[in-house]
Amino acid sequence: MPQIEISGLYKTFKVARRSAGLKQAAKSLFCRKYDKVEALKDVSFTVDTGEIVGYIGPNGAGKSTTIKTMSGILVPDRGQCVIMGRIPWKERIDHVRSIGVVFGQRTQLWWDVPVIDSYELLRDIYRIPNRDYSNNLDLLISTLELQNIINTPVRQLSLGQRMRCELAASLLHNPKILFLDEPTIGLDAESKIAIRQFIKTINREKNVTVILTTHDMSDIEALANRILLIGRGRILYDGNLDDLRSRFSNQKTININFRGNGFPIDNTIVGIPGVNIVSCSQEKLILRVDGNGSALADVISRLSNIVDIVDVSIESQPIDELILKLYREYAV
Amino acid sequence: MKLYFKYMSILLKAQMQYRFSFWLLSFGQLFLPLSVFAGVYFLFERFGNIKGWNFFEVALCFGVINMAFSITECFVRGFDLFSNLVVSGDFDRILLRPRSTFIQVLGSQFEFTRVGRLLQSIMVLVWAATNLSIKWTLFKVITLILMVISGIFIFTGIFILAATLCFWTIQGLEVANIFTYGGKEMAQYPLSIYKKWIARFFTFIIPFGCVNYLPLMYILDKAHQNEYLYMLTPLMGIVFIVPCLVIWEIGVKRYRSTGS
Amino acid sequence: MKAYLSVFRLRFINGLQYRAAAFAGIATQFFWGIMHIMIYEAFYENATGTLPISLKQVIAYIWLQQAFLVFIALWIRDNEIINLITSGNIAYEFCRPCSIYGFWFAKLTAQRLSGAMLRCFPILVVAFLFPEPYKMTLPDSATAFLLFIVSLFLGLMVLVSISMLVYISMFITMLPTGSMVIATTIGDFFSGMIIPIPFMPQWLQKIAYFLPFRLAADMPFRVYTGHIPPNQALEGIFTQLIWLGVLVLSGRIAMKKVQKRVVVQGG
Repeated sequence: MPQIEISGLYKTFKVARRSAGLKQAAKSLFCRKYDKVEALKDVSFTVDTGEIVGYIGPNGAGKSTTIKTMSGILVPDRGQCVIMGRIPWKERIDHVRSIGVVFGQRTQLWWDVPVIDSYELLRDIYRIPNRDYSNNLDLLISTLELQNIINTPVRQLSLGQRMRCELAASLLHNPKILFLDEPTIGLDAESKIAIRQFIKTINREKNVTVILTTHDMSDIEALANRILLIGRGRILYDGNLDDLRSRFSNQKTININFRGNGFPIDNTIVGIPGVNIVSCSQEKLILRVDGNGSALADVISRLSNIVDIVDVSIESQPIDELILKLYREYAV
Repeated sequence: MKLYFKYMSILLKAQMQYRFSFWLLSFGQLFLPLSVFAGVYFLFERFGNIKGWNFFEVALCFGVINMAFSITECFVRGFDLFSNLVVSGDFDRILLRPRSTFIQVLGSQFEFTRVGRLLQSIMVLVWAATNLSIKWTLFKVITLILMVISGIFIFTGIFILAATLCFWTIQGLEVANIFTYGGKEMAQYPLSIYKKWIARFFTFIIPFGCVNYLPLMYILDKAHQNEYLYMLTPLMGIVFIVPCLVIWEIGVKRYRSTGS
Repeated sequence: MKAYLSVFRLRFINGLQYRAAAFAGIATQFFWGIMHIMIYEAFYENATGTLPISLKQVIAYIWLQQAFLVFIALWIRDNEIINLITSGNIAYEFCRPCSIYGFWFAKLTAQRLSGAMLRCFPILVVAFLFPEPYKMTLPDSATAFLLFIVSLFLGLMVLVSISMLVYISMFITMLPTGSMVIATTIGDFFSGMIIPIPFMPQWLQKIAYFLPFRLAADMPFRVYTGHIPPNQALEGIFTQLIWLGVLVLSGRIAMKKVQKRVVVQGG
């Protein structure tokens, strides 16, 4: 039985419309218009224990509504949601004891006191037995390298340090599921990699299910073996990253450095269907190739007849572009 | 309860990080009720009495209400500033924790600088109590303490109601000031000086009359029969908190279905 | 000048957006008005001897105070400015190609004006319809009304220039809340917000008359009720102009000094 089972979730919000200008402002004093926003329309999916799921979609697509529903904060209009045998919003207190949540843009730590004080307060809030608490804490301190920052007030920490502390805070009570909302937002490259490493580690060692929302596709690439794409309140794609790639595009970019002999290179020379020249100079040719490997080999063999190839590099289409294409396709 | 003290100690620690600012604000807090009290004093200097109540009788009332109010502001500040929690989205964080929302909101803020006000109201209370021409008995002292406690419960209840309002409107919140600050301002005088309808509202709907007017009659020897009934009226104020908590739960339920 | 007008316009429109806040504010102020009138009514009931101001005048005073609360209350503060000062982001403000004093002055005036506009008309209209004795009375005379309007707006500017000084002083103390609470409490007391100045004992009245605070509230209100006759009102308006000049000038000088310091320290 899957750990998370969601089927047919609906949610609608009412939002007040606001307009600019003195006249409009005066008018809205007396009557105000409301817009209906359908945040979720028939959302269904399941997640098994130990999965890492990347939950992506443009802003306002319904990501945070889903996360809020799964964590028991929000009650949906209709639909089923069973997590570890419980309905989150009906048994809030029991449910939240077994989940951990990190919001990348907000802190759950107390701003003006040392991190360790926040942890001790969390111990009391979650009623974590002392033994479990100290074991967990030791483990988290060593894997996240917190020993030097744990006695510093949160406001003095850098963003990267703070995010490590946040992660530890949401894992103190040994949750079975971890929700991460943009955990790498605003971090430098080094911190990003450290955070990703850590997420992988706890997923592997403690079999914690991770549900991750992000706009940084390299997070997804590094972590998620499964993607859920949501747009306008609907699930648009559910599957792994490679399938997504092969389904929507296997376009590749090829950079070729060569020693030219003055011979002009254009489409008539390359002349293979599905191959386009992006740019061309005396020493460098950039091509975009659709389709499979055979076209690629063809291009190279033809070229090598004309010029001396010095170096070839092949890049897959960046995942960002892929996602953008996907959004366009579904007109999100 | 243990959790509540834990919250308190962590916030005290946080506020003490800015020690000078803390003491300055505490000192500043002394002034506000002091200026209001000075206003009352000057009015009595002109008029002598208000519907038969003399200055020290009103001052006793003033002291009790301000003491209850400043203690409430100190410990129930989380509900007073609840709109911030909703606006910033931090209330979601509270819903993510396996504890009641009530204790967590209560523990989210403490305003220790209110000691300034507390100190001022204690001074007024002692000054009034020693200058009144009545004989203090044990029962009267107990009644006085009961009045303060009951006042704390009533103000807490009102703060909870005001916080619940945040689930419906953030902007319209100022209306709650009628009952928090307005209630305090009004209860500084014995309710009998107001028109009947207002005195009734603040006795039977929001039981301020049970902490200032009715028990005051007993303490000042103005009640001539059923003395013990007067003495026990403050207990009604304590009961007031029950419906407030029920309404709070309704508000939380609404928040979770609208997510606004 | 155009920049100041546009910030003024923006803030004004922004202030009008808060409809629910305005309605809530109106309700609150009715309550305060009625409560205070009841207290004074009770005081006047058993009053003996001569009193410095009549109950009718006090009632008009209270309603004006409620209607124009946003105009005259020093304790209303602008958190945006406070945040700028304490966070050190003020350095960006100094980069703007116009005087920061004028900029803030326009902003603060617009906020108070829009806040009061929404509230004063409904409060006054309904207060006129109230039954006796809570009824608001008409101004003493047409002249009194005219002088009231003039002194009210001059009073608003005096008040904004005082609050500018409070904000500037925050640069030096860097302790917004503490010093703010002390300054505004004293200011509001001497502006007649807690009790009208005629109720104060002689020695305190002398202090109040010496300070500028009463020019924002006590003075215009008593001009309206006729408690201050027109010739004295003219004198008052003259005093307002002098104070306004002094306060704005000292504010500008102080702002320059502060600006130098901030630039030197690099924010």
